Amino acid sequence: MIRVQTEDFNQQREYDRLREQSSVGAVVTFTGLVRDFNQGEQVASLTLEHYPLMTEKSLAQIVMQAKQRWNILACTLIHRVGELKISEQIVFVGIATAHRQDAFAACEYIMDYLKTEAPFWKKECNSQGTSYWVDARESDRSALNKWS
Amino acid sequence: MINVLFFAQIRDQLGVSGLQLPSAENNDLTTLLKNLKSLDSNYLSVLSKGSLMVAVNQTMQADNVPLYSGDEVAFFPPVTGG
Repeated sequence: MIRVQTEDFNQQREYDRLREQSSVGAVVTFTGLVRDFNQGEQVASLTLEHYPLMTEKSLAQIVMQAKQRWNILACTLIHRVGELKISEQIVFVGIATAHRQDAFAACEYIMDYLKTEAPFWKKECNSQGTSYWVDARESDRSALNKWS
Repeated sequence: MINVLFFAQIRDQLGVSGLQLPSAENNDLTTLLKNLKSLDSNYLSVLSKGSLMVAVNQTMQADNVPLYSGDEVAFFPPVTGG
């Protein structure tokens, strides 16, 4: 299941959905949060912009690639957009598999590709009220190397 | 017509979220980008960045591709979600 939404998500509900099948032996989840600092700046809030039609396509593509590589029984990917405050949840990836190795790997793979291929952009606002676009990180791009 | 879209910093720097260009004069991605850069010096500098990313019909493109009427071409900076 893939969702892009402004509203928050409930981890427990998402986890319960992932473990519905009796063949599930492992669930790995990742949650990304808005932290209060970035690139040396004190962050007060964050606004996430996206390219709606392409977001849907690229997230579906990333999940499909993960399903081709690992035996995934259930997968949930949620990404929020709009204005988010410190400590709010931004992104959720949940993977249910028979064995834990597949779930760990698929979760990391989906995050690595989401960070570099899904059309989301962050604009941060600092405590002085100045807003600026967040630069992409080379470390996110180089994280892809381990999957090739 | 080709529907051109700009996102994030690219949109802010150009001051416009998109525009429409005639498809006959923009029959591939390289030509379209060249025509956009020739609009004015701001387009030239914003669209000359090495980090510029481009998607045609919502699929990322790294090379030149042909364009047809009704296509959607989007220009944006490297993504920063997650």
